[in-house]
Amino acid sequence: MKAPGTPRRRLLRALGLGLAILLGLFIYAYGFQVTKVNLDEARTPHRQQQLIRILRALAQPDLLTFPKEEITLSAPFFMPCPLVPPQQREINPRQPYILVTPSCVEPGGKVQVEGFNLEPNADATIFLVPASQVTLRQASLTTDGSGHFLAGIQLPERSEDVEQAISVVTRQNSGAPRLSRTTYDTWDKIVETVFLALLATTLGTLIAVPLSFLAARNLMKGITSSALGLSLSILVAPLGLVSGAWAASRLASWTAFLSGGAFVASLTGAVAAPALAWFAARWALPQDESVAPSLRIRFTRGLALLGATLAATLGLAFGAEVLIESGRAVEAWLPSLPFLGKFVGDLGDILQILLSAVAGLAAAGYLAGLGARLSRFLAVRLGRGALRGVEIVVSIAAGAALLAMIGAGVVWLYELRNPLALLSTVAGVGAVIGLALSVRYGGRDSIPIGLAVYYLARTIFNGLRAIEALIMAVVFVVWVGIGPFAGVLALSLHSIAAMAKLYSEQVESILPGPLEAITATGATRIQTIIYAVIPQIIPPYISFTMYRWDINVRMSTIIGFAGGGGIGFLLFQNINLLNYRAASVQMLAIAIVVASMDYLSSALRERVV
Amino acid sequence: MLSVRRLTKVYEGGVVALSEVTFDVPRGQFLAVIGLSGSGKSTLLRCINRLVEPTSGQVLWGDLDITAAPQEDLRRIRRRIGMVFQHFNLVHRSSVLTNVLAGRLGYVNPAWSLVNRFPAADVEKAMRQLERVGIPDKARQRADELSGGQQQRVGVARALMQDPEIILADEPVASLDPVLAHSLMQHLEKINKEDGVTVLCSLHFLDLVHRYADRAIALNEGRLVFDGLPKEIDDRRFKEIYGKEAERVG
Repeated sequence: MKAPGTPRRRLLRALGLGLAILLGLFIYAYGFQVTKVNLDEARTPHRQQQLIRILRALAQPDLLTFPKEEITLSAPFFMPCPLVPPQQREINPRQPYILVTPSCVEPGGKVQVEGFNLEPNADATIFLVPASQVTLRQASLTTDGSGHFLAGIQLPERSEDVEQAISVVTRQNSGAPRLSRTTYDTWDKIVETVFLALLATTLGTLIAVPLSFLAARNLMKGITSSALGLSLSILVAPLGLVSGAWAASRLASWTAFLSGGAFVASLTGAVAAPALAWFAARWALPQDESVAPSLRIRFTRGLALLGATLAATLGLAFGAEVLIESGRAVEAWLPSLPFLGKFVGDLGDILQILLSAVAGLAAAGYLAGLGARLSRFLAVRLGRGALRGVEIVVSIAAGAALLAMIGAGVVWLYELRNPLALLSTVAGVGAVIGLALSVRYGGRDSIPIGLAVYYLARTIFNGLRAIEALIMAVVFVVWVGIGPFAGVLALSLHSIAAMAKLYSEQVESILPGPLEAITATGATRIQTIIYAVIPQIIPPYISFTMYRWDINVRMSTIIGFAGGGGIGFLLFQNINLLNYRAASVQMLAIAIVVASMDYLSSALRERVV
Repeated sequence: MLSVRRLTKVYEGGVVALSEVTFDVPRGQFLAVIGLSGSGKSTLLRCINRLVEPTSGQVLWGDLDITAAPQEDLRRIRRRIGMVFQHFNLVHRSSVLTNVLAGRLGYVNPAWSLVNRFPAADVEKAMRQLERVGIPDKARQRADELSGGQQQRVGVARALMQDPEIILADEPVASLDPVLAHSLMQHLEKINKEDGVTVLCSLHFLDLVHRYADRAIALNEGRLVFDGLPKEIDDRRFKEIYGKEAERVG
């Protein structure tokens, strides 16, 4: 940079700097006002006393309790004084005892109560015990270091003809300290918290890993499609989704019919069907693909693969049944560990639910691929003019169908009253878009479908990431009820978005060389990912997953504020009840767990990476 | 026979990497590609197997038009063209054997390779290739544990796994010391002479060109400025290729 030339310029620069400082001051002043910085309030004695009270309570976490023993000492007492003076009692000066002077007064009079040989520094309460034996609390005090106290008390106007008593009840610690109720509750909840974080991280990782590839620019950039291929895929994918899900649920219902609920039959099915699928796949997918196979062989292989897929689905459905059944068996066999059986059963349940969803998605993906392949076939077979015609027609249909499906979603969400008008409008708009795209990109493989998916995935992840898990928990609490499961779902969803973004950035920063080298061998895109991308991203993925677990432990300590289970629930309650000593225990537990997770995850990361 | 016809590549942003490059390579030739850094050598080699998509022009191979091949056919073309890179481009965290086997990815069925299953014949073949380049004992080690020279031999073994008819070598010895450079060039020469594999190799050092190449082409700012025998590169030609200020080394 050049040195400032004229004094005039220097002056201008100084002025500019001064203005910038003034502007900065203004911004902070406004910030103070907006955030209501109030020092006067903080300085009032009332507030300071409150602060000190809370700090003292927090400094004494309710960790331990001492078993208390109550000792009651009493002395006879008359009110009013009887005609015959009462006899003096025998007193053993080595034992604890109390003296009441005088030993009788008129109603409403004053007496002095003195105690000897009590527990030092113990809490004591003085009661007046009339003949009805109802204890009337008169005063509370603490004994001194030698176990002595002296207190004057003003008695109520309560005259009785018979003997009354003044009694002193002291509570003293006896025996070794024990963990308090709060400590036990905190332990339960902190264990829940750690496992909540573990489940959320696992679930989040499982889903985020495949999604992260969709949000990696370097992988998605090269994927393009022709307008015809894209349109055909859009048109057939929903058919695949529906038919796949339908076929899977059909197969699942057949399993119950085939096995008749017999465990052995289910087990046989769970073994035999996948074996059948394996052999069919072995035949249909020869290991070496040196020569392009003929159309007829390809067709037969396709049929065999379809059979193999159906058999595999059937096997999984049987597997789910076996899991559910054996879950029950385990529950009966190990009644002391009921959660094991429930876990196995739940796994079966999850498998059943996932089966239809995955089958639907797989069929949709497969049909979309077929659509793209058909478009390439047509591009070779059809003449130029005919191809253009087909392309424009199919694109219009696909655009209309896609937007109509989105419109149907909107109609459902807002419960619109006149859906047909909206649907026909958006379908028309879709048709125009389809026409425009097919004209713009017609005949070439140049619609950047990969980049479109990339931007879509990025946008969704960023949006989801912006919503704190605490807020998501509110929605899940409505769905699955208050408790840690809602917390698991909320944290998982947030983890998916956060991790998919982090992971995809790792994919983007891999060395391009190996990717290039593997591509040059003639590998398909998926092979390239498996052989060139995945080996490179394993260390950062592990590292981020552990870091995320660390974050999730921290998040799960507060997810209970919104009803998401874990220790936050307890902490929130205790703060609201002004029970700061209990809250202090929970804060301590959170601090210990978070600090040890931090240490553990960094130690593990160092070892793995 | 490989024919490059008026090949042009303009990168996004308007940088012209290749302009109207035309030459033929007969089967079994060892062709050296020379020129300054940034003269378009790498782009030229990458346009041949379309790692870089050419802007215009054609690459013809026998009766195949590589530049017009759809993706599916391109895979079948690429698997017969081995490639060796300046920075080896091995997958560091994978074993040497896996790196070599990756050369078969264009041949094996994608579904099986996803679970890292290769036919036994391919594994045997990979071991033979490692023996051929002299490092059979390193098969189970991680690729990044090897020295630079060993890594480049793995790179050559990977290219050989493809049963290539052409090998594209992009400055294969630029990251190696002179002794290793000669040893690697001898490997390439052997592959060229014994198996009849056409080799297109970009090189920096003229002594290597003289020693190994049958023929040389030179690029300067994306244009073909020389096409002939290595011994024809005299001082005048040298200045044409490398510019007025250049001096010969080595």
